[in-house]
Amino acid sequence: MTVTQQIITIGVCVIGTMLTRYLPFILFSSDRTTPKYIEYLGKVLPAAIFGMLVIYCLKDVSFVSGSHGIPELIAIGVTAGLHFRFHQMLLSIAGGTLCYMLLVQFVFV
Amino acid sequence: MENTENTVPARSSVRLTALKAAFPHTIPIMAGFLFLGIAYGIYMNVSGFSFVYPMLTALLVYGGSLEFVIVSMLLAPFAPLQAFLMTLMIQARHLFYGISMLDRFKDTGWKKYYLIFGLCDETFSINYTAEIPEGVDKGWFMFFVTLLNQIYWVAGSTLGGIFGSFISFNTEGLGFVMAAMFVVIFLSNWEKEDNHTASLVGLAAAAACRLFFSADDFMIPTMIAILCGLTLLRQPLERGGKVQ
Repeated sequence: MTVTQQIITIGVCVIGTMLTRYLPFILFSSDRTTPKYIEYLGKVLPAAIFGMLVIYCLKDVSFVSGSHGIPELIAIGVTAGLHFRFHQMLLSIAGGTLCYMLLVQFVFV
Repeated sequence: MENTENTVPARSSVRLTALKAAFPHTIPIMAGFLFLGIAYGIYMNVSGFSFVYPMLTALLVYGGSLEFVIVSMLLAPFAPLQAFLMTLMIQARHLFYGISMLDRFKDTGWKKYYLIFGLCDETFSINYTAEIPEGVDKGWFMFFVTLLNQIYWVAGSTLGGIFGSFISFNTEGLGFVMAAMFVVIFLSNWEKEDNHTASLVGLAAAAACRLFFSADDFMIPTMIAILCGLTLLRQPLERGGKVQ
């Protein structure tokens, strides 16, 4: 990819992001009421999207070849365990990532 | 407000009070953003990019998950339309943060434009949930929460991008930090909700679509499946009064 293509790619990501952030304020000006359906989606979508993002991060994991997704499952277990035990976001993320790095570098080589 | 001479010290004290009130709320984000930002900067660095890339994407895109994906986009063949659609899909949740903030961002003047610009997951969570003390200007409070969070993120990303080249240990697997982050966000949200239907719809829709589509193609079907699922479940979810 050339530098120009890189700038276009990042620029497109900036424009798309800003579209998602500014659009509600453009569409629903403060003096009009938000449609009930949109309000409902605003309440239930975040939870669904967090679930989707977990899967999205694992989209390249193959359960039928390589290490069969075992390091990923173990590291997620460690992340979840740390989260339920300490409820320290930073600790859970650091611990899970470290665990995964050790697994893929030393165990599932 | 009258534009008299004594509004100048009054204004600066309004800002200072708001900054003092806002800062403690951002401390956890400081730790998280510096760590994740550095990890992101290193990830960019080991993927072969100068620190300018993580610095600029942190400044202009300012959205962690998409920024990680941008790394793969930059390493793949040039596909701007796909990048745009991917951006809309990953960032679509901002639409709903915006909808939730329509009322709160009212009467914040020019600051509104920056508040919307910096509306990321973490900033949204604080500005949406924080109880702003009496006597603290809510516009300036939210402005400083947004600004401080972005400073942490840009600083971390830049530092990681600069010092990533000096890192001699094996960084294989560092990209997992993104999965770990979403697992934690998902679990925190799971613990807060009374009804897990929406969380399960998201997980199941994505997992099922990934079974039938390739890793590059499953996101659009997933979003459609989620929208359909939540639309069909609207009556039971709303009737139960369990939607928070």
